This record gives sequence, C-alpha cells and structure tokens, in this order.
Amino acid sequence: MTDERVIEISGLVKTFGSVRALDGLDLEVRAGEVHGFLGPNGAGKSTTIRVVLGLLRKDGGEVRLFGGDPWRQAAELHRRLAYVPGDVNLWPNLTGGEVIDLLGRLRGGVDERRRAELIAAFELDPTKKGRAYSKGNRQKVALVAALASDVDLLVLDEPTSGLDPLMEAVFRRYVDAFRDRGHAVLLSSHILAEVEELGDRVSIIRSGRVVESGTLADLRHLTRTSVSAELERHVDGLDGVPGVHDLVVEGTRVRFQVDTAQLDPALGVLVRSGVRTLTSQPPTLEELFLRHYGDRVDDAPGEES
Amino acid sequence: MTGWASFLRLFLRRDRWMLLWWGLGTMLLYVSQAVSVDDLYATQAEFDRAAASMEGNAAFIAMAGPARALNTTGGQVFWQASAFGAIVAGLMSMFIVGRHTRAEEETGRDELLRATAVGRLAPTTAALIAAAIANVLLGVLVAGSLVLYGLAVADSIGTGVGLTLCGWFFSATALVAAQLTTSTRATYGVAGIVIAVSYVLRAVGDVGNGVASWLSPIGWYQAMHPFSGLRWWPALLLVAGTAAAATVAYRLFVGRDYGSGVLAARPGPPRAPTTLSGGFGLAWRLQRAPMLSWTAGMFALGLVYGSMGNDVSDLVGDSETSQEMFLQGSSDIVEGFYATSMIMLALIVCGFAISSTLRPRGEEDDGHLEVVLATALPRSRWLLAHVAMTVAGTAAALAAAGVGLAVGYSLVTGTSDELWHLSVPLLQYAPAVLVLSGVARLLYGVSPRLMVVAWLPLILAAVVMLFGDLLSIPQWVQDVSPFEHLALVPAQDVDWAALVGVALVAVALSVAGQLAFRWRDVH
Repeated sequence: MTDERVIEISGLVKTFGSVRALDGLDLEVRAGEVHGFLGPNGAGKSTTIRVVLGLLRKDGGEVRLFGGDPWRQAAELHRRLAYVPGDVNLWPNLTGGEVIDLLGRLRGGVDERRRAELIAAFELDPTKKGRAYSKGNRQKVALVAALASDVDLLVLDEPTSGLDPLMEAVFRRYVDAFRDRGHAVLLSSHILAEVEELGDRVSIIRSGRVVESGTLADLRHLTRTSVSAELERHVDGLDGVPGVHDLVVEGTRVRFQVDTAQLDPALGVLVRSGVRTLTSQPPTLEELFLRHYGDRVDDAPGEES
Repeated sequence: MTGWASFLRLFLRRDRWMLLWWGLGTMLLYVSQAVSVDDLYATQAEFDRAAASMEGNAAFIAMAGPARALNTTGGQVFWQASAFGAIVAGLMSMFIVGRHTRAEEETGRDELLRATAVGRLAPTTAALIAAAIANVLLGVLVAGSLVLYGLAVADSIGTGVGLTLCGWFFSATALVAAQLTTSTRATYGVAGIVIAVSYVLRAVGDVGNGVASWLSPIGWYQAMHPFSGLRWWPALLLVAGTAAAATVAYRLFVGRDYGSGVLAARPGPPRAPTTLSGGFGLAWRLQRAPMLSWTAGMFALGLVYGSMGNDVSDLVGDSETSQEMFLQGSSDIVEGFYATSMIMLALIVCGFAISSTLRPRGEEDDGHLEVVLATALPRSRWLLAHVAMTVAGTAAALAAAGVGLAVGYSLVTGTSDELWHLSVPLLQYAPAVLVLSGVARLLYGVSPRLMVVAWLPLILAAVVMLFGDLLSIPQWVQDVSPFEHLALVPAQDVDWAALVGVALVAVALSVAGQLAFRWRDVH
C-alpha cells in the first residue's frame, strides 16, 4: 500500500491563451505521505490541482490519478478523494450541516461518528447559513466534509489560511491521523511552517515547473545552517573553511552560516577554540524559498533547470 | 458624516450606466403609452368607447389604478404607467441602496474604506443621496419627455415629481430593510415586500372603497391626479413618509454594530434532508424558489389576461394598427386576442427559462462548481440536473399561465366551456421557449463568457412578434424566431409538424451545449 503512486504527473503542460501556466511539471504523491506543494501565488499550484481533479484539460504531458485518467474517469476516481479549495465558497442559503451532508453524499457516504467528532473538534456550528460564516468557518465546513468522508486522498489547497492557531493544531492532528492510516495528502501552501510541520516530502513549484523535490531532510541538505557560539579563545581560520558565509566575529563571539554539507569541518574549528555555548538553527523553508525566488546561488547543486 | 461627498462620487461613478438604463427605461414606459394610445384609436368616439369599457373592468383597475379621464391621452398615460413606474423606481432605489450599504457590509468590502478618515454615517448618507439623485433623474426624464410629446406641462411635471418622491420613499424603506437584515438577499426581500404591499394595498383600495389606497405610497402618487385635476398636497404625504422612514433607518443604524442586523440571522437545520442528495437534489434546492414563484406569477398573469374576457372587442378599437397587433390573422377578435395573450405569456416565460439556464454559470462563477465536481458527481449529470429544472419549470410556468387564462375567462363570463380550449394549447409554446433556453445552454457549454448575449434571442423574438409586420422586418429574419413557426393557438389548430420541428431544434441545441460542456475547462 505504501508504495502506491497516488498521483503521478510528468511533463504536464497547461496553457491559457498565450500564457503557459504549467510548463513541464513533474509531481509524484505516494500513499502514506503528506506531500507539501509549495510555491508563491501564481506559480501554478491551483492549476495543477485543477488538472488532477479533471476540471481543466491538460495540453501536454502525463497525469495519472490512482493509476487512472483524471479527465476521462473523473467521477469514478473522485470517490476516492476529497478536495478543499483555498477559497471556500458556500451556498448562501444552505447551512454548514447541509453542505457537509450534501458533499458527503456526493462522494458516496459520510462516516456518521467521525462527522460528529469533527464538528465538535472544530467547534463548528452546523446550523448557520453559508452567508453567515466567516472565512475560517467556511473553511472548517469544507474540512469537516472532507475529513468525514472515507477516502484515500485529500487534496488541500491552502487549507488553513483562515484558521486560528488552535484550529490549525486540530487540523494537523486529523491530517496526521489520516496519513498514519496509510492515505495520501497533497497539501498546497505558500505558508512554510504549515508544510514543515506536516510534510513528509515537498515539491517546490515556480513558474509552472517543479524546481525542487524531495524529503525535508533532502532539501535541508541543500541549505545553510545558522550557527552562533561563544568561545573561550579568539577563533582563527573559520573564514578558510569552505562553505562558511556571512561570518561575524565579535571578540570571542561568532555568528555565521554554513552549507549544511560543510557543518563538520566548521564545528571542528570551533571546538579547537573551546566552545562555551552553541546554538544552531536548522534551515527553514523560508530559506529554501529565498534561494529559489530571492538570492539565487549560481553554483548551487540541485538546479534542475 | 465626514467624507460623504467622496462616497457619493464613488457610488455615482459605479452606478452611472445602470442609472442611465433605469432612467431611459422608465421614460419609455411613460412616453410609449402616449404613442401607443394615440396610434390605437383613430377617432375620439372609438377612444370613448374603449375608455368606458376599461373603467368598468375591475381587473384593469386593480392592475393599474383608479380610472380617471381615460378618454384622454394624458389620463391614459398616467393610468397605464404610474403604478408600474412607481414599482420600477422602487426597485431601482432598492438596488442602489442595497448594493452600497448592506452588500458592502456583508462582503466586508467597505471595511477598508470605513477604516479611513470618514464619519460613521458617511457611506449610509451617500447611498441615500445617490438613490435620491437617481430618482430625480427618473422624474426629470419622465416629465421632460411628456412635455416634449405635447402633454400639459403642469400635469407632466406632477407625474415626474410624484414618481421621484415615490422613489425617495422606497429608498428610505430600503435603507430600513438594510438595517434589519444581515444579508443583501434578505434586504432585497424585505424592501421588495414593502413595494409589493404598497402595490396590493392600492389595488384593494382602488377596487373597493378607496381607504386602503391611502395607506400606500403608490396610492398617494396616484392621488395627485395628474391630467385629471392635478393636486399637489398628496405629494406632502410622500415627503413626510420618506422623512419618517429615513429617520427610523438612521436610528437603527446608530444603534447597531457594524456587520450585524436588527433581526438576527435565523439558524437552519444541522442535517440535510434526504432530498438534498445527488445532482438532481442539489439543482432542485437551488432552483425551486424561482421555479415556484414563476409558476405562481404566471398563474396570476394568466388570470389577468383571462379576465379581460369578452370585453376585448371594445378595448381593441377599430384602427388598423391595433387590429393588426391583436387579431394575428384571426377573424374572431376574442380568439385573436387570446392567441396574442398566449404568445405574450410564452415570451414572458422565456424570462424564467433563460435565467434558469444562466444558473449553472452562477454556480461556476461563485466557485461552487469546482467543489461539486471534485466529488463523484459526473459533470454531465450535474448539468443535466439543471437542464431538467429548466424544462420542468418552463412546463409548469406555461401550464400555470394556461390554467390562469382559462380560470380568469370562466370567472368573468360565467361559462366553463372554454376551460380546455384556453389552457392546454398554451403548452405548445414549450418547445419554442426551450429553443431560446437551448441557445443559452449552447453558449454556456462553449464558454461561460459568451453568455452575455444569452438574452438577445429573446429580444429578437419579442421584437419580431410585436412589431414584425409593422416594421416590415424581412421574412427570413422573422423566421429565426421559433415562435413564428407555431400555429396561433387557440385561434388556429396546432401544427404538429412545426411543433415537432421546433422541439427537435430545442433538443439539438441543448444536447450540443451539454456535449460542449463536457469538453471544456471548468473555472
């Protein structure tokens, strides 16, 4: 089960008029993983999801969903997935409870016990009409509807942009449990912390192409760790270590960044000067992003394009 | 109230095209009555005879207003147009006030503007002033066009001023409605009820002893008696009513929180009923309200046409124009009149059919469709469910109109011989109505953007039907309208071959639209 390829995309192309929204995109989501789909707004995340859902027709490349064709077999394949859009719009005159039931029935059934549990966990009032809900509550309705269904894949497009931190924690708990049952999650986001917290693997998309893909550990390997230390003696020779950047020495205190692959030699130099305190921070996805959309390092490894 | 002037400029800018169309439409409503009355009756004797017949018809009076000086052009214009003009002014005011107050508040759009250095009352005040200006525009256009047409100046001005004041009254009541409710739809609902009640009260009063008319702003407007002894004092009632309603609205506004309404939003059921399931359940839930209200409305309209009964021969007059419009090639004037009525009712039902066909696009625009299509519901079935509602609603509305027509005729004449003859034949127009709906569906199937022209075929059909021969529109253009090919029931017998042909065209258009939809991107 865990080796099953839930979504397989290779060389996907989608154009809108003269705009090439997706330009040879590759993506693979396996059963048993939360796959973070990360990129800035307009990079093509939602377009990719809409092709996977069979709402848009691809112009080129290969897309398989549960091994089937998402365009031709859309309805049949959709029995096995639930989708939460980024901007949830509810029918103004249907209550939240009615929407949850309707979407559940359209998917082929609701788990009654889980429905009740989710409504309680998300503190949702199911008797309110769609127009009366706030953005966060509209999102909760869609999340409850999705999580209460018995499916193998969750497609979540920026699912927590309206949730408060407490509800985000509830959301994470349920997504974790869903993954632990061996199911797959495609989690699109531009919120790095969200993907960091939940994602097993990450694909970074920019201008319609996936520019980086792997486990979080794989990707951290490509980035720098921030180190700051207080030493017994003045340190020499740190600027000679390859991969050390932005070195600041103030007496016995040092701060620098180091390519994660060069962490060992750099620490070796520190140890020789006697380490009193040491803090190091793993790279955040923020930094991964900066590398791709900000200060691009020309000779960096992993440049696929 | 700081900053109201900038809001007012913004509102008027956003509304300028809408205001122009409302203004021109209302002007046409009045001035076209003058043109058609003068065309219809060749001699004063004929006019007198028609007027006498109208005065004695309670259905007409209930529909239009107290019958005064109906044998004069001015009297006819005011009688025919004033009640509907007041409704139009009311609807326009309701939309202007609603869209700049409650709609902005509901969507939270104006939080951005409210957070700037503006007074709390500024947007509300600006919306009210914008509606007031729009109604002045309406009044000026109506009065001006009637004066230019050559009607008495003072009475024409009275007609315009009364209309403006009626619009002011309904602007103020719409503002009250916007304070009571939390949703824009509910605001329009409450404001619409105020307009409807005003219309019904004056109908009751005009037919009965007249007391109820004095409870209605439309009644006050008509009590000004333009073209039949103009008097100004009832206008004061409209001014006082407007001031009172506006005061109530401001009181309520000051006393409530931003975003809330005086009436709390009612909770609904926590579980969906079993009927809300599948594509058909959803389409029924979304379309049932317009389906039921159109059916009820068409029944009422059928009743009105039907109750004109045998009087029509007096109403129509002897002029060639009117003969041509009403007889539709029939030798029997009553039969000809009912043939015209049926085709008119069918054209009106096209309003339902096309707007129902537009509903799927609304679902797509509002982002509901992507969620629904991400479930196991095939897109072909989703659309088919909406098609079914359009077809069923069209059939129901036509049947209701037919029953109304037959019942109205029977009530007035006291005979039941015509029940069958005046009701069932109306259903033959269902295929023609569905051809127009099919054109809209084909446009939707190809691209939702094309749907801006969905109403054009109806306009063409209406122009051909009403003015085809008068304007000497070439036959091939007339033949484009599906209504031209069907027999003029009940004056003629049903032409089954033509009926089947038109039905096939309707089916072909709809199927083509549904197939095209299966192959396009959904947004």
